Amino acid sequence: MERPFAAAAFGALIYFGCVIPLPAAEYEALRQEMVREVIAASGSSPPEASVIAAMEKVERHRFVPAWLATFAYGNHPLPIGHGQTISQPLIVARMTDLLKLKKDDKVLEIGTGSGYQAAVLAEIARSVYTIEIIEPLGKEAARQLTSLGYDNVETRIGDGYYGWPEAAPFDAIVVTAAASHVPPPLLKQLKPGGRMVVPLGAPFMTQYLMLVEKQLDGSVTTRQIVPVRFVPLRGGH
Amino acid sequence: MPLPRPPFVAIGLLSACVLAYEVLLTRLFSIVLWHHFAYMIISAAMLGYGASGTALTLLREKIAGYIGPIYLAAAIGLAFLMPATFLLSQEVPFNPLELLWDPFQLTRLLSIYLLMMLPFFCAGTGIGLILSHFGQQAGRVYAFDITGAGIGSVCVIGVLFLIPPHKLLIVLPALALFAAAIAAVEMRIQPRWLWIVLLGLAFLVLVAAPPGWFHVHPSPYKDLSQALNITGAQVIEERSSPLGQIAVVESPRVPFRYAPGMSLNAVEEPPEQLGIFVDGDGPSVLTRFDGQLEPLSYLDQLTSALPYHVLQRPHAGPHVLVLGAGAGSDVLQALYHGAIRIDAVELDPIVIKLVKERFRDFGGDIYTLPQVHIHVAEARGFVNATRGRYDLVQVALLDSFGVAAAGVYGLSESYLYTVEAFRTYLSRLTPGGVLAITRWLALPPRDALKLFTTAVTALERSGVDDPGARLVMIRGWKTVTLLVKNSDFTAAEIEAIRKFCRERSFDTAYYPGMRPEEANRYNVLAQSYFFEGATGLLDRNPQAFIDRYKFFIEPATDNQPFFFHFFKWDSLRELLALREQGGMPLLDWSYPLLVATLIQAFVASVVLILAPLLVSKARRALPPARVALYFLAIGLAFMFMEIAFIQKFILFLAHPLYAVAVVLCAFLVFAGMGSWLAGRLQKRFHRSGHLTVAVMAMGSLALLYLAILPSLFDALIHLSDLAKIAISVALIAPLAFCMGMPFPTGTMRLAFTAHEAIPWAWAINGFASVVGAVLATLLAIHLGFAFVILLAVTIYGLAAFALRGFPQGVAE
Repeated sequence: MERPFAAAAFGALIYFGCVIPLPAAEYEALRQEMVREVIAASGSSPPEASVIAAMEKVERHRFVPAWLATFAYGNHPLPIGHGQTISQPLIVARMTDLLKLKKDDKVLEIGTGSGYQAAVLAEIARSVYTIEIIEPLGKEAARQLTSLGYDNVETRIGDGYYGWPEAAPFDAIVVTAAASHVPPPLLKQLKPGGRMVVPLGAPFMTQYLMLVEKQLDGSVTTRQIVPVRFVPLRGGH
Repeated sequence: MPLPRPPFVAIGLLSACVLAYEVLLTRLFSIVLWHHFAYMIISAAMLGYGASGTALTLLREKIAGYIGPIYLAAAIGLAFLMPATFLLSQEVPFNPLELLWDPFQLTRLLSIYLLMMLPFFCAGTGIGLILSHFGQQAGRVYAFDITGAGIGSVCVIGVLFLIPPHKLLIVLPALALFAAAIAAVEMRIQPRWLWIVLLGLAFLVLVAAPPGWFHVHPSPYKDLSQALNITGAQVIEERSSPLGQIAVVESPRVPFRYAPGMSLNAVEEPPEQLGIFVDGDGPSVLTRFDGQLEPLSYLDQLTSALPYHVLQRPHAGPHVLVLGAGAGSDVLQALYHGAIRIDAVELDPIVIKLVKERFRDFGGDIYTLPQVHIHVAEARGFVNATRGRYDLVQVALLDSFGVAAAGVYGLSESYLYTVEAFRTYLSRLTPGGVLAITRWLALPPRDALKLFTTAVTALERSGVDDPGARLVMIRGWKTVTLLVKNSDFTAAEIEAIRKFCRERSFDTAYYPGMRPEEANRYNVLAQSYFFEGATGLLDRNPQAFIDRYKFFIEPATDNQPFFFHFFKWDSLRELLALREQGGMPLLDWSYPLLVATLIQAFVASVVLILAPLLVSKARRALPPARVALYFLAIGLAFMFMEIAFIQKFILFLAHPLYAVAVVLCAFLVFAGMGSWLAGRLQKRFHRSGHLTVAVMAMGSLALLYLAILPSLFDALIHLSDLAKIAISVALIAPLAFCMGMPFPTGTMRLAFTAHEAIPWAWAINGFASVVGAVLATLLAIHLGFAFVILLAVTIYGLAAFALRGFPQGVAE
């Protein structure tokens, strides 16, 4: 009588997406595997060494809901509640790589979400300022970042439209919170020569990344990057 | 206990109930998930109808003595299960967006299917039982069945104007219980007081069901749910109609600031706005307006402002036609640019009412300004019928970026972006006038290039020698705008376009005489896809480019109005291989989902149709294969005809909703009459000669309609709505009348010869209807609606032939 019950309970757990956490060493192994996958998927343009080192270090499973921790190192996005997601590791790597961060850089992030991207940025740059619009998410991310010892990350809850004027200007800006347009104040807070990355698409579905480069003369150009090597025109051209 | 007579009225009511429930589920699942998943879930649920036939075949002997009680149980079961299964399905943690990498999502989807099949299974059991027990009266039973469905289809649309969809979850069970009470009377079921209890129960449900139980929980990934996550954001107004559930959201702490794809050079911030969400998708916005134009300057920083910089102004300002006006963003843009007359067309009267009344002060009552004329109409229908001439026809960007980016449009037809539509728009322009269409930027490009080739084709068909001289396309970082002029662009206009783009860091994607090095300057792509695409499509052999391109960009036509179909199988293979690199978001998902819907319906049908053959006892009772073929054929063909003609009439009735309601109702009610007559004829003569006549009449009518409808509709498009509805009904009536005959004719033939096989025939017909509905769309995508009609005629012919192979002999 007990065995069928246990089987049913186990089945229900899996059905509703609840999985028992793993020991720390296993997460470590999964993380290495994830980074290998990210490098393999990047093809001929692998992320810089600093980005790889950061992703090898940041404990992604701490930034997803506990019941999804086992899936944290798969190369796909995951839900983190409140209709938000933690991006696919490959996209995080691509975005961080596009910022071309240096050790002394100051980075602004609009849309903290899980806090994972902020942690990755904080591994490379000197300081990270991150703003989240959804209060419970922002609080949880701040708590997690503090508990993991990221004291170079400043968190704030509120409207990201006006950026973080007290800390401006920034060497790099990440805008993960989807917006119908790039807020002009953010462009203003970007240093000449600075870079901004904006992922575009629907939840779980990053379609393309926009890299905004502010030239030394203050003019702005963008590059739109499809993360995949998929060329729509074949032959003939 | 022998039953005196079939519960005719109860059957009609039950059918009305089920059809209403089907429409209701489409609404509910569109609010909870997205439209295309609604379609997928409902077509799976409808398989419950067919499954009931299989169950009746297998259990035929066991249930023979209890027809009345089982019918009642089925009706009561339906009443209970209609709300229960939907509410339970909401508890299943299904997230379609994770289907690709989370295998458990599939099992969750499957459990939603199984749940939603239950009410349809109950309804199918009830009707199938009566049909098989009273097979000799199949003509009348079927007549009541489909007439009920027809009336239900119109009533539910009417009721949805009055009450929000989740409240209908209370009304329908009450109606089903009422139908059960009537059945108890009609079948004289003991105990005598049973009907009073059922009636009391119906009343009780209506007055005492706690509304709190019937909540709808939209997916947290819908735009509305996301907007409401923001502190301070709240719904300040909610309206509901069959066109959609409208929510107006105020977000004082973090304003909407909706300016899609605003130039990166702009420094403006949009004024205060209210977000308007339809079925949880959006937003479109209502912008605060107090008559001052200055705060609207951000509207000049969008790619959609381009036409205003091109129009040469011989008079004070342009006459503008805005198609899809919504809450008025494009109208404000026209006002900002000094338009002296604006005709704004919007389908949903509720949106207009909100702007005019509830938010009158906020929005500055723009729809009653002297220069603004608002029309409640479907855009294409309005343009077809209008005699006005415009300097600019602006097709607004109304769909949400999220839905577009997810590539999940649903393969809904759109008559806004077809070759014929473009030709009509162009013919409504003043000399030198411009058609402007703005879409979200997708990478690699698909809708932009499809629009471009649609314009090229439309210009060519209008006899323009050099379409390239009349086209301009520009792109920002998030939007693309296409201009089609009804004369060649002048050098001065092109200079204005280049200046407009330069100032806003937008890229010119194509203009007459553009050099390759001018492309891809500000928003740099890996390759200048847009310029290369545009020039490839203007090449001497555009077909080669279209074939070679990895998305389907063949122009849409009124016969194949699937603008949002971009899918190619080759690309699926390639993108699946690139899954780990994030390839999946590039795919257009609606088509594979449609194919998946067809496959699941097909597999389930085959299994359930063949199941009785595996049970030896049931197998012995089954008639020859020709009978199966007959019911399969008429099920498929009926759906083909119905769906294709609904499409044909949408253009004429110029309203997606009313067209569906009117055409569906007319089809079902007149088919009901046909069924009644077929029953009389069959009973009287015990022969089926009338069927051959009916099929021949139907075939000729269908072919005649195919030939004359377009020109007939063109000639009659200016008539009043009421006249158009009357004409539509009159046109459908004879066709539908004939189409109602085959089912009862076949059933009655079985009733006299192989009575045991009726439930099996019912099952086959049920499955064929589901498969037929999905297949009709798929065939229309590839071959057009005209082909679907021709195919239906052929299949009906085959059916008439198959009827000859029915078991012979008269039982009586």
